[in-house]
Amino acid sequence: MTLDLQQRRSERPAAAGRPRRAGRAVPPWWFTAPALLLFAFVVLIPSARGVYYAFTDWDGLDPNFAFIGLDNFIAMADDPDALQAIWHTLLVAIAITVIQNGVGLLLALGVNTTIKSRNVLRVLLFAPAMIAQIVTAYLWRNLLGPDGAVNSLLAGIGLESWQQNWLGDPDLALWMIVLVVVWQYAGYSMVIFIAGLQSIPQEIYEAAAIDGTGPVRRFWSVTRPLLAPALTINLMLSIIGGLKLFDQVYGMTGGGPGHATDTISTLIYKDAFTLGEFGYSIALAVVLTAIVTVVSAAQYTGLSRNEKAAT
Amino acid sequence: MKRYTPRTFALEMLMIAVAVVFAFPVYVLINLAFRAPSDTSSPITPTSSPTLDNFVGAWQEAGLGGALINSLVVTTVSVLIVLAVSALAAYPLARSTAHWSRGIFLLIMLGLILPFQLASLPLYQTIRDLGLLGSVGSLILFYSGLQVPFTTFLYAGFLRALPRDFEEAATIDGCGPFTAFRYVILPMLKPITVTALVLNAVSVWNDFFTPLLYLSGSDQQTMPVAIAGFVGQFVSDWNLIFAALLISIIPVLAVYLALQRSIINGFAGGLKG
Repeated sequence: MTLDLQQRRSERPAAAGRPRRAGRAVPPWWFTAPALLLFAFVVLIPSARGVYYAFTDWDGLDPNFAFIGLDNFIAMADDPDALQAIWHTLLVAIAITVIQNGVGLLLALGVNTTIKSRNVLRVLLFAPAMIAQIVTAYLWRNLLGPDGAVNSLLAGIGLESWQQNWLGDPDLALWMIVLVVVWQYAGYSMVIFIAGLQSIPQEIYEAAAIDGTGPVRRFWSVTRPLLAPALTINLMLSIIGGLKLFDQVYGMTGGGPGHATDTISTLIYKDAFTLGEFGYSIALAVVLTAIVTVVSAAQYTGLSRNEKAAT
Repeated sequence: MKRYTPRTFALEMLMIAVAVVFAFPVYVLINLAFRAPSDTSSPITPTSSPTLDNFVGAWQEAGLGGALINSLVVTTVSVLIVLAVSALAAYPLARSTAHWSRGIFLLIMLGLILPFQLASLPLYQTIRDLGLLGSVGSLILFYSGLQVPFTTFLYAGFLRALPRDFEEAATIDGCGPFTAFRYVILPMLKPITVTALVLNAVSVWNDFFTPLLYLSGSDQQTMPVAIAGFVGQFVSDWNLIFAALLISIIPVLAVYLALQRSIINGFAGGLKG
């Protein structure tokens, strides 16, 4: 019976000369409806409203607010805190991306060998990525404090002169945040690099060895190009994560001392929830969106070209 | 390649040294969590008389029990919802080449780029007007929508690589599209479902910004928010704070160690794409 219905439903005159394939039923569009509804309610509609609010003086509560054109953005150009936060965001994102992936790659090359501890190391080095970022931030806030473990360790190895107020020094604090992100996610990068390394056929290395290439040359000419897909994923994840950085800053320094470690995300939070400047805060979020979009697009075109060139 | 040479041994020693450096913060965390606040010796010397008092104090003061249950509920429910709707949505998106399919796919992929900071303030207002602030329901709704783009992306990529023969056979046998999805497609999606489950669960469980916004000032907490509130309250009681941090980490690490193989492979496999 069902079979009858099915056939009747699909009985259209077949195009001349093209045999109709049975069973080529495309699933209907309404399968996407539940996902679309949730996504629209949570992301799409609020984001669109956000872009509109960025051009208003909305305070988050008052239903009456005025359209003020580009005033929020003009104010931003004169706001040293905002400009500093944008600069910090870019600096931190780039620093995290370079250092985290550099360390991650070195770890991957070290772990992906015949050493006996490789499995234990892989599990241990990846573990920090499982922990909540805010928890890591509080842990390191203590470790880097004046009487914290880092200074105690320096004293223990006779380097008292190296002791610093790591998070209280405006020139150092931002780099400490980078250090903590790298500590937490280097193992994450490592795991993705290991997956990339393991997908490289051994025969290629054997052939290269027979040809008498040294280890450096082998890395440069064989490993590097074949790691391109893993590198793409890693760069994407770390730079976008770095641009949105919030938890570490909130937990370690609260954006201080002064505004020395504020990022766009922490400033958005402060301006909206402590100053009530929702419109201005959303304008900052629009700037962040623009930065993320430009960076993603640039990465996508640059890296896909790189991957094509490599293969 | 296969022999254990002196050079391999040297590398082994070097890597173990690196691992020790990485593990150092965790050693200090455990060391101080078991130390009485009166003991003011250096944080790196092993604690002479370990005590469990900090854990008892942290558990009573921080409301970690309630936070743990909330985190479990929010993570479980929202991850189940997001897996179900994303798998269902990815099926036509991966199979159809019509304009509507491409359009919807691009629209959803836009969500991969949009930072949620942009949506978070207008959404905060909506949630407030609906009277949902301070309820875990608002968080479930939030994550169920927020995680759709990434999860749909994973499923669609996996589905495109799957042959169509099985579902075509099912259709010829008289299955409707939903039955084909439920009994033919879904079982084949198992590997990518594991990956999507792990990635979503980790990010939802550890997320801090949104529950900070939606739950602040209410008695409902998730684990990260409870920890932040506790730190704000006991600013310099580090032994107590470290005990609370350790309590919050233990369930995550227990699950991680129990499932480490599938978690690590899930991370790598799904992302390599």
